[in-house]
Amino acid sequence: MRREPPQRLSDYGPLLFPAGMLTLFFVVPFATMIAVSFFQRQQGGFYTPAFVFDNYARFLSLFFGKVLGFSLFLAIAVAIACVVIGIPFTYLLSRSRRSLQIVWLVALLSILSLSEVMIGFAWSTLFSRTAGITNLFVWLGLMEQAQALTPSFGAVMTAMTYQAFPYTVLVLYPALVRLDPTLTEAARTLGASPVKAFFTVVVPALRNTILATLIMVFIFALGSYLLPQLLGRPQHWTLSVLITDQAIYQSNMPFAAAMAVFLVMVSLALVGLSLYAGQQRQAK
Amino acid sequence: MTVLRRLFFFAVGLFLALPLIVVAGVSVNQRQTLAFPPQGFSLSWYGQIFTNAEWRNALIASLTLAAASALLALLIALPLAWFLWRRIAPWANIFQLLGVAPFTLPPVITALGLLTFWATTGLYGQPWTAVISHGIFFVTLPLVTLSLGFSAIDRSLVEAAATMGADDRTVFRTVVLPLILPYLVSGYAFAFVLSLNEYIVAYMTVGFTMETLPIKIFNALRYGYTPTMASVTVLFLLVAAVIFGLVARFGDLPKLLGAMAEDK
Repeated sequence: MRREPPQRLSDYGPLLFPAGMLTLFFVVPFATMIAVSFFQRQQGGFYTPAFVFDNYARFLSLFFGKVLGFSLFLAIAVAIACVVIGIPFTYLLSRSRRSLQIVWLVALLSILSLSEVMIGFAWSTLFSRTAGITNLFVWLGLMEQAQALTPSFGAVMTAMTYQAFPYTVLVLYPALVRLDPTLTEAARTLGASPVKAFFTVVVPALRNTILATLIMVFIFALGSYLLPQLLGRPQHWTLSVLITDQAIYQSNMPFAAAMAVFLVMVSLALVGLSLYAGQQRQAK
Repeated sequence: MTVLRRLFFFAVGLFLALPLIVVAGVSVNQRQTLAFPPQGFSLSWYGQIFTNAEWRNALIASLTLAAASALLALLIALPLAWFLWRRIAPWANIFQLLGVAPFTLPPVITALGLLTFWATTGLYGQPWTAVISHGIFFVTLPLVTLSLGFSAIDRSLVEAAATMGADDRTVFRTVVLPLILPYLVSGYAFAFVLSLNEYIVAYMTVGFTMETLPIKIFNALRYGYTPTMASVTVLFLLVAAVIFGLVARFGDLPKLLGAMAEDK
């Protein structure tokens, strides 16, 4: 059966349910959110239809600028940490035995799917005073006495890297599996050490992949909404946390919606950039 | 080099395993204290998940939500993926894009969109709204695995069936469905596991009327510590590992993942 354009109206039948569901429960909610972002907030958590830019104007405050700056900085730091560890790791993984690869992939998928609540809980336990890693340091004689390592920037950063690392590996994996092995073999034959071959042949060949991965992980990290809350201080809150906070606890839906619209625009711009990088890769 | 490689793998493995080891450790503490290494040994905190009414209800809510929403995601993805494979209709790709979007954007955006939508329609808080919300949020996973499954079908097989007089319906039932079944199952499995663990969308849609396990853990975290959080985390990790292990056992996991990222 060849692919053919739909001939009769009934040929469109199968599309009806998926298209209807996606339109009604994704496009319409999205449009609702955009509409609400222009609404006027009332006292007591309600809002009335209006067309005001007040919610967007609040972006121009110093507080918001700080949150935005910190969110971007944190996401970039996490993306760089993940990619720097992820590239050599995925490269070595893609060159390992198949059975070993599968074990790692199952483990990475399991951690990736682990709820952010549970990751936050696990790290807060590991960084706690009574059950934490510092007890090990005391036992080893590295520290005088056990102490809590949260809340701190380091804790937020570590847990977010933990959360994004499996994602990074899974994004890099297909590109590295397909990487032509003769490339490194040629370098080795010409006398380069494995490490040198990796940095002079593999990394340059993957330049666009690396850029695209950085952007993907950056967006992923931008979406982290619980870890900064559970492991950090209020000054470590990100845009995602602030949106949740405004929507649920401050009941300021219009402002939350305006921030979400802003976050969408940042993300979309970056997705576009990563697609562009991907196309450059194919063009080569 | 092999030593260096082993060491590197070990270091990454340790980083990934360390928090989970500590959580597994505190989950078997005898008393309700946060202590590691565990003091005494007890599996009672695992029993708590099933015997304590609050935790059991959260578990049932989570499992029901995951089973139903993964099914809904599959029901949306299957006809769409089939249509895109069977027909030449470039404009229909917009729905493929819509299906992938919720998963690519930061989750808080989809969550807030659905929250404003359910609040505006006055349906906010109904348990079934969470099923629809998760079904839409996770439609990406079966959509991607199914697109991959369809693209792997040898078209000459289908052609042969059609030449012998089979119509679309018969071809689908006798040729296409058996071929894409592994992709159908893995798509469902991915959506199921992720829905089980999902927090923000569930919280924003039904957070005040229904408690799923992640919501329950988050609420419990704010009031202090109970080892049941740890035992639930271990349980969920095992469930995910078993399900993904089965997908790997009966399917081609490297291929599945290779193409998944390709599609993004």
